[in-house]
Amino acid sequence: MAGASQQGGFAFDLCKRNEFFEAKGVKHPGFTKTGTTIAGIIFKDGVVLGADTRSTAGTTVADKNCEKIHYIAPNIYCCGAGTAADTENVTGMVASQLELHRYATGAQSRVVTAMTLLKGHLFKYQGHVSAALVLGGVDFRGPHLFTVYPHGSTDSLPYCTMGSGSLNAMAVFESGYKDDLTREEAMDLVARAIRSGIMNDLGSGSNVDLCIITKDGVEYLRNHEYLQAKTYERQFPQKFASGSVPVVRERIYDIKKVVTVVEGEPMDMEA
Amino acid sequence: MQPRPQSHSAALGPGCTGPSLANPTPLAFDHQRQVAQAPSCGAEAFAVDPAALANGQPRKHTTYPYVTGTSVLGITYKDGVLLASDTLGAYGSTKRYKSFDRLRKVNESCIVGAGGELSDFQYIMRLLEELSDDDFCMDDGHTLKPAEVHSYLCRVLYNRRNKMDPLWNSLVVGGFHAGKPFLGTVGMQGTNYTDAHVATGFGNHLARPLMREHHRPDMSEEEATALLHQCLKVCYYRDKNSINKFTIAKVSAEGVTISEPFALETEWRYKLFENPAANAAGAW
Repeated sequence: MAGASQQGGFAFDLCKRNEFFEAKGVKHPGFTKTGTTIAGIIFKDGVVLGADTRSTAGTTVADKNCEKIHYIAPNIYCCGAGTAADTENVTGMVASQLELHRYATGAQSRVVTAMTLLKGHLFKYQGHVSAALVLGGVDFRGPHLFTVYPHGSTDSLPYCTMGSGSLNAMAVFESGYKDDLTREEAMDLVARAIRSGIMNDLGSGSNVDLCIITKDGVEYLRNHEYLQAKTYERQFPQKFASGSVPVVRERIYDIKKVVTVVEGEPMDMEA
Repeated sequence: MQPRPQSHSAALGPGCTGPSLANPTPLAFDHQRQVAQAPSCGAEAFAVDPAALANGQPRKHTTYPYVTGTSVLGITYKDGVLLASDTLGAYGSTKRYKSFDRLRKVNESCIVGAGGELSDFQYIMRLLEELSDDDFCMDDGHTLKPAEVHSYLCRVLYNRRNKMDPLWNSLVVGGFHAGKPFLGTVGMQGTNYTDAHVATGFGNHLARPLMREHHRPDMSEEEATALLHQCLKVCYYRDKNSINKFTIAKVSAEGVTISEPFALETEWRYKLFENPAANAAGAW
């Protein structure tokens, strides 16, 4: 690939090739998208992030229970909407960069650092890396919540939603948000918002994941609400209520006559 | 004096003006000679005036709305139906007409709300007025039931869509008849359904989830009004083409009341909105 710059900069060698293919009528390959509802809210002591768990490839559900809340740092997590490959790889990349940075500095990662790394990367690719993220965490300056758009712009907000179910979730936030929410109120509001996306948007579904980050630590509630549970579970063995079944024959064995109970040592199960 | 020409041509279908209105016809225009076959019942035959075509006038079809209204919300409650909308007629991104009534009364038991092209809505109201006038002149005590209005509007919109010349509207029809509330919606393609709560446009994404969460068929009027206020507020926050000036129309056994325009309390001063870049230089 002659002409590509050695360090940084843009390399557009393959764009001409893609244009040539499109002119010939070759279809651009499709990709797994996460039609999604993701949301985040800042409460008194931290951040609550929420996401649904449906991953779609066109009109098919590809993964019924995928994880959309990605680890970035021990105190920073990121929800991702858009192309699944893009969100996973971009968050993984930034998580690795931040870990190396922590070794170099010896200090806790800051949420703005993650935000700056993400937006720089996404802007460089001019929106072709289709990752719409809700980034939240707590560092020494307090709780932070950012949205990062595929073209590289960011917003700093007390509550935000992204994905195809974002309007549905935002309706719940706009009617329920107030200053200084408690942890329980914030969890309930985020769960309601994600549930609103799941119930009203076809691209979102299955279950609700929550992630609560405070300065004391992270609580990752995978499948906090299991909305696609089976309505009927068969019992094994079948339990019949007494009197519901006619008794045909009754025979009682008194086994005390043939069995002797002897006290002894419990069996060693360790081996 | 010539009789006022009807907006319903038996041959063209409801909502379409017959040749007498659609194209200027010379006085000597003789239907029976120009057209090979006319219906024997005496109705107008489907005939476009060839003179108009010969002038090179193109047949125009609606391809783009100009002055538009945004979402209309509707819910049923124990004793009737409530419709709500803002009073904006937007011209693209300009807030051009800030006092446009998008909720109108049809008769004592029925109201209609519209989003989309507002000139088409005014035309639809004219059609409904003609029907109501006919009822009034008949003077037999019967008026259009809300389900009939809904059915009529479905046919008009679907008919126009089939002629590739749609009335660019999303309509909500609400009514109260025989002790039961009625609420239905019709889209510009003729898609229609009835439900306990409906919304058009942005309201589908913003208001409908809240309605699904909080609506019960036995709500009182206060609860229903509170729910509508909540939905209107969210629509105002998140819909670009909206203003903080709303009307609510109520149909119940007592008849129709359309409220005066009112505004809602909105909150823009959350603590964390104050300085978003405090901890993130370069972001906003």
